[in-house]
Amino acid sequence: MTGQFRTAKGGRIDRAQKLLFSFDDVVYEGVQGDTLASALLANGVHLMGRSYKYHRPRGVLSAGSDEPNALVGLYRDKARYTPNLRAPCVELYNGLMADSQNRWPSLRWDIGIINDALSPLLPAGFYYKTFKWPAFAWKKYYEPFIRAAAGLGRSPTLADPDRYDNRWAHCDVLVVGSGPAGVSAALAAAESGARVILCDEQAELGGSLLSDVQANIDDQPAQAWLAGALATLARHPRVQLLPRTTAFGYFAHNMVGLSERITDHMAEPAAHLPRERLWQVRATEVVIAAGALERPLVFPHNDRPGVMLADSARTYVNRYGVKPGNLVVVATAHDSAYRAALDLHAAGVKIVTLADQRPSPSGPLIDAVRDAGIPLRVGTSVTGTGGGTRVRWVSLSSNGVSSEPVVCDTLLMSGGWTPSVHLFSQSRGRLRFDEALQAYVPGQSVERERSAGACRGVFGLAAALQDGAQAGAAAAKAAGYASARANPASAVGGEAGTGGWLGLVPGASPVKAFLDFQNDVTAKDIKLAVREGMRSIEHIKRYTTTGMATDQGKTSNMNALGVASGALDTPIPQVGHTTFRMPYTPVTFGAFAALSRDGLFDPARQTPMHDWAAENGAVFEDVGLWKRAHYFPKSSEDLHKAVDRECVAVRQSVGIFDASTLGKIEVVGPDAAEFMNRMYINAWTKLGVGKCRYGIMCREDGFVMDDGVVGRMAADRFHVTTTTGGAPRVLALMEDYLQTEWPDLDVWLTSTTEQWAVIAVQGPRARDVLAPLVEGIDISAKAFPHMSVAEGRIAGVPTRLFRVSFSGELGFEVNVPADYGRAVWEAIYASGQQYGITPYGTETMHVLRAEKGFIIVGQETDGTATPDDAGLTWAIGKAKKDFVGKRSLDRASMKGADRKQLVGLLTENPATVLEEGAQLVAGPKQPVPMTLLGHVTSSYHSANLGHSIALAMLSGGRARIGTSLFVPMPQGAIKVKIVDPVFYDREGARLDG
Amino acid sequence: MLIIDCPYCGKRPEIEFSYGGEAHIARPLDPAALNDEEWAAFLYARTNPKGLHAERWRHARGCGRFFNAVRDTVSDFFVTTYKTGEARPDATKKASA
Ligand SMILES: [Zn+2]
Repeated sequence: MTGQFRTAKGGRIDRAQKLLFSFDDVVYEGVQGDTLASALLANGVHLMGRSYKYHRPRGVLSAGSDEPNALVGLYRDKARYTPNLRAPCVELYNGLMADSQNRWPSLRWDIGIINDALSPLLPAGFYYKTFKWPAFAWKKYYEPFIRAAAGLGRSPTLADPDRYDNRWAHCDVLVVGSGPAGVSAALAAAESGARVILCDEQAELGGSLLSDVQANIDDQPAQAWLAGALATLARHPRVQLLPRTTAFGYFAHNMVGLSERITDHMAEPAAHLPRERLWQVRATEVVIAAGALERPLVFPHNDRPGVMLADSARTYVNRYGVKPGNLVVVATAHDSAYRAALDLHAAGVKIVTLADQRPSPSGPLIDAVRDAGIPLRVGTSVTGTGGGTRVRWVSLSSNGVSSEPVVCDTLLMSGGWTPSVHLFSQSRGRLRFDEALQAYVPGQSVERERSAGACRGVFGLAAALQDGAQAGAAAAKAAGYASARANPASAVGGEAGTGGWLGLVPGASPVKAFLDFQNDVTAKDIKLAVREGMRSIEHIKRYTTTGMATDQGKTSNMNALGVASGALDTPIPQVGHTTFRMPYTPVTFGAFAALSRDGLFDPARQTPMHDWAAENGAVFEDVGLWKRAHYFPKSSEDLHKAVDRECVAVRQSVGIFDASTLGKIEVVGPDAAEFMNRMYINAWTKLGVGKCRYGIMCREDGFVMDDGVVGRMAADRFHVTTTTGGAPRVLALMEDYLQTEWPDLDVWLTSTTEQWAVIAVQGPRARDVLAPLVEGIDISAKAFPHMSVAEGRIAGVPTRLFRVSFSGELGFEVNVPADYGRAVWEAIYASGQQYGITPYGTETMHVLRAEKGFIIVGQETDGTATPDDAGLTWAIGKAKKDFVGKRSLDRASMKGADRKQLVGLLTENPATVLEEGAQLVAGPKQPVPMTLLGHVTSSYHSANLGHSIALAMLSGGRARIGTSLFVPMPQGAIKVKIVDPVFYDREGARLDG
Repeated sequence: MLIIDCPYCGKRPEIEFSYGGEAHIARPLDPAALNDEEWAAFLYARTNPKGLHAERWRHARGCGRFFNAVRDTVSDFFVTTYKTGEARPDATKKASA
C-alpha cells in the first residue's frame, strides 16, 4: 500500500526516500522523516490499538508523547522486542516491524470487546468490590482472571543483548524542551557564556515551531529562524544539544535524569553504539520549557478511531505532510483549533463544519476561518460519534437541540491547553491554580529552576520567545554570569487565542464519554466514585484508576478534575490535584541499569588462591561479594561425601584452607592498647607481644557485633581480624569512636584485608608440613604454643605466622603478602603431599568449628545476643571500668535467666540432620501457635563423630542441658536432647597435635 | 541525589557519604554513673525534628572523616556543614525547637 493521504508537498519529510514497514503483518510504505503514526495515517490507517480494559478500537489521538491509544510493540529480533511504544514517538525506518496490543485474534475483530458489552458490569472500583473473599478464591479464580486480562504488551523472553551507556554531566543551565521558549532560553544563556545543555524528547529540536507554517520570527518564516538559531547553538563551544533525549525525572539538588535514545530510529544500528544513554545532569540552574498539552473534549464515543486532537492533526499536515482524512469536522472550545482548521484547509482537506461550543467566539483566527469560507457553527457542541472502527458521522447539539448527524471521516477536537507542569511538580515545587487560565501553573519553587513559556501558562509565540529569553538570561545570571541579557526575537502570528473547557461537554451524556483513554475511565466512572463517597482527587484517582496508566493522565487529568469538581460541586483548587512522579514517559530498564550489569552490578571478589581452587575442582559459594571455595569434590563426590572426606582428613592428618577473606585491620599507635580495651570486651593491656587473643566486639547496646583473633605484633601494633563480611562495619565503628568520641587517642586504623593472603593449615601434621618451609621462627610446641604469633619467612616470603585453630586441631594461619599467596599455598601443598594434605572449603570449616561449639557471628548470633548468651562470658575483661557495650550488659534484662543461650542438640536418630532455622518447643501436641523456646542455628552431619550435630539458641538453654525438647516439622516432631555445645575433644587435648 | 559539602573535601554527591544519625550526643564519660533510664535515653532517644536537624555524616568513600551537618528535614537542603567537635552554629538553632 502507498500513502494516498500524503500531501503533494511540504513537511519535514523526504518523499523521495521510501521506507517499507509492516504493521500487524501488513506491509506499508512510508517516507524518511515519518513516525509510525504519520506513516500509518498516510495510508489511511487510524485504528492502531485496542483499549486496555474494554478492548475498544482506538485510533491515534495525538502526535506526541502524550499519546494514550496507539501503543505498539516493535520487533527487531527475538531478544529485541519493545512493547508499549507510542506510535507518534516511533521514528520510521526501513524494515520496521510493529504490532498492535490488547487485541485477539486481530485488531479489527477482537474477542475482548465482550468486556465492552459487559461494561455496565465493570464499573469503577469493580476490582475492589468483587475480588475480596474468600481467600482461597484468590489463587483459584481471581488471580488467573486478572493476570489474563491485565498487562500491557508482553516482554521478550531473552536477555536484553543491547548495551546502555551512562554519563554524568554538569552544566550551568539545563534547558528542558526546545520549542520557542526553550530555544530562546538556550540562546540567552549561551550568549552570557554559561555552559548550556538543551534537550528535547523529539527526534528534531524545535517543538511547536516544527509544525508552524504561518508565523514569522525576526522577519523570517518560523522554521527558517529555528534553523538559524539551532545552528548558532550548535556552533557554540559551551552548548550541548541533545535531541531524542527525554528529561524524565527531576531529583534532589537539581539533578535531572535524561534518557537519550541513540539507535532505536536506525534500520541497522552499528554494533559499537549503545542503544540508549542515561544522563545524570547536575545543573546549577534549570529552565523548564516543556510546553503544553492539548485536552480532548469529553463526550460519548469520543474514543472512536478518526477522532484526534486538533493541533496534532495540524502537526501531521504541516510537519509530516499527512492529511488525517478527507472530510473533517472540527469541534472546539478554544481558538487554537481554528488554526488547525485553517492549515488543513490550506492543505486541501475539506472542513465540513467547525463547531465551537462557545456562544460568541471572536478574534483574528475566527475572522480568518470565516474569510476562508469554512462553515462555522458557534454555541454548538459535539455530543457523539458513530461508525464502528472509524468515525462516519458526528452528532452536534446546540442549546440542547440535536442536529442531523454530520457525515465525516475525521473529527478534530480541542478542549484547550494544559501547561505541562510534570517536571516542575517533580522538583517538589508547589502548583498554583490560575483562575483566568483554569489551569495549574508553577507556584513556589523549591529547587533552583524556573519555567518558561506555555508550561507556566504563557501562551502565544511572541510571549513564549520573550519569556524564554528572560528565563535563560535570569538562569545564567543566577549561575554567576553577570552579563546575561535577554534579547528576545520578535514574532508575527502564532497568537495565543483564548478559550478552554474542563470536563464533560455541555449537553453530553457521561456514558462512554472517555477521560482516560488508556485506562478506559469515563466521566460516568468519576461521577460514580463521587457518589460512592470519594472526595479527594487522590482517592478518585485510585478508585477509578484515572491517570494511572503509562501516560500518567497527560491528556486526561484536568478533564477528570473538571468532572469531579462538577460532581462534588466544589471549585477545582479545593478538589486538589494528583502528584506527578518520575518518569515523565516510560524509561527502559536498560537505561536505568546502564552499565551496572553482571560483574559491574555485582562485582566478584576473588582471593589470591582463587585460580588454584578453580583448577583443582572447587565448587564456589558466594559470601557477600567473595567467591569462596565451598568444597573440593573428587570425581563423582557430592557435597556430603566431599565434606565427610575433608572433615576426616583434617582430624586424622592435615588440611589446607583459604582464609584470605577474613577482614583485617591494623591498629597502630601509642594508644593502640587503650583503644582496643575500649572497643573490645576483652582485656588487652596484659597481652604480650607475640601473643593472640580471641576478641569479641559489642555494639553500644551490648549485643555481639563481630569477633576474630587479634595478634599483638608490638607494644603499639595489633593485627586485628574480623569476620569475612564484618570488616567494613568494624572499621567504620572503630573510626566513629576514634574520630568523634576519643579524638585524644593517638591511634591509626588501616584496612589490610586485601594486603594479606591467609592460608590455614590444620590437623595433627600441620607442624610437620610447615616446619621445612619456615625460617626465623621456632614453631615447636614449646617455643610457639597455641595463640602465638610471630614474624619470619615462609617459602622465602615474609610472613606473620599465627598459631591458631578454628578446627580444634593443631593449627596455623599463614599470612603472607597477597601477591605471594598462591606461590606459598603451592609450596605448603607440595610439602604436605607426604601427609596426604587435603584442601577443604567453607563447608568443612563450618562442620569442624561446630563440632567444637565455636560460634559464627551472624549465624549463632543475630544482633540480639549478648556475649553471655553466646557462652562467651569468659572473654570479658572483668577488671575493665568501661568498654563499648559494658553499661548495656549491666541492665537487668540483659541478665535474665530466660534469655536464649547457646546449647548443643542431638537427635535420637543419628542420621537425622535438623533444619537450620527450625523451632524448639516443649511438647509437639500443644495447640498452634506453640510456645517457641528457641531455634536451630547450625546443623550438620559429623563424619568424625558418626552422627548429626546441631547448635541452637534456647531460652534458659544452659539450665535445660540434659532435658529433651521437640523440633516440630511438617513430617512430624523430632525429639532432641539438649547438650553442651562442644561435641568434640572437650578437653582441648588435640590443640597440640 | 543530594550534594553534601564535606568540610575537608568540598561538595560531593551523596553516594560518597554514609549517614551517622543525630549529632551532638556525646557518649557519657562514665557510663556506670548513669541509671538505666538515662542510659536508655542516651542509646535510643533522638529528637527527629521537622525542620533543622543537626546530624552526623561520614565522607566514607572520600576522606573518611566524620563531620556534622544541619539539614532541613522538610526540604532536604543542607544549611551548613562543620567539623566534629565544633559547636552547632547558633543561626541554625532557631527553627528546630
Ligand atoms: Zn571529605
